[in-house]
Amino acid sequence: MAKRAAPEVNAGSMADIAFLLLIFFLVTTTIETDSGLNRKLPPIEDNTEPPIIKQKNIFTVLLNGKDQLLVEEEIMELKDLRKAATEFLDNGGDGTCDYCKGKRNPDSSDNPDKAVISLKNERETTYKTYISVQNELVAAYNDLRNIRAEALYGKSFVEMEANLNDVNWPGDKTRLKEQLEKIKIEYPQKLSEVQN
Amino acid sequence: MAKFKKKQGGEMPAISTASLPDIVFMLLFFFMVATVMRQNTLKIENNLPFADQVEKLDKKDLVMYIYAGKPSANYRNYGTETRIQLNDDFADVNDIAAFIAAERASKREELIPFLTTALKVDKDANMGLIGDIKQELRKVNALKINYTTKKGAVSGNR
Repeated sequence: MAKRAAPEVNAGSMADIAFLLLIFFLVTTTIETDSGLNRKLPPIEDNTEPPIIKQKNIFTVLLNGKDQLLVEEEIMELKDLRKAATEFLDNGGDGTCDYCKGKRNPDSSDNPDKAVISLKNERETTYKTYISVQNELVAAYNDLRNIRAEALYGKSFVEMEANLNDVNWPGDKTRLKEQLEKIKIEYPQKLSEVQN
Repeated sequence: MAKFKKKQGGEMPAISTASLPDIVFMLLFFFMVATVMRQNTLKIENNLPFADQVEKLDKKDLVMYIYAGKPSANYRNYGTETRIQLNDDFADVNDIAAFIAAERASKREELIPFLTTALKVDKDANMGLIGDIKQELRKVNALKINYTTKKGAVSGNR
């Protein structure tokens, strides 16, 4: 028997096959990174007395069924909401908040710890408006925290949080966590939603 | 001078395509790794609103998705009112509790406190339905929620 060499397989069409697969995956790929606004719902508690909060410490935001905004009894445009909320939170009316840069108006909030933003929407409010308002309110908190973090640690709050979640970040995470906690205590996010 | 003239008649050598499969395979592997196949087939319109104060939602296995929106063109027989979609089918507000329980049962016990509910809601939905969903989630103690949004300025929400 003559020894036959195995015939060589023609690999010329390999590129075609690979292209076919490539195009399939290109088409099916949705590089999805889910991101959004994180919120925490209040647990259901029965028969708890609502805490008594002074009227001046509440920043009421009302959203009606026609997507109109009523802030502290005044009609407001969405673009002005962030500034109004920041001013309210940073007011520091009772003087205990030494890092507040607000006007110390005695008729506005006492300090960031006591200041509560109350958001009420109607059933007919559209989701996009609600998200816009939520976004602006979160932005108000983030702005204040950024300024505070910048003053204390020379980095913005958002950047520090990104560092905390970054596995490749080389710094000391426990210290970073403590720093973040401190800022969160100084400007706690007290955003309550009225149930309807 | 003759030295330079020598090449004039010669043709350009063909570029070797032998490494083409390698390049294509490299791209292929990238896309294979980066691909996330859609878990759910959407039966609703799901045009998310914009927000810019977003936080990333990683750890995909710890997220439960609740979709809401108007039934899409192929499912008009379900009406034009905003509906909830859980997994692959339309659902009612009352089904959420069972859905959460089923999702929790499929996860390891120590991971349950870290579960987040992602609300993927069409931007034209009414808050009434969202309020109902939130109330339902509070009842089953699934308190961590995330309003999934696209990244962008809120002015894009008109």
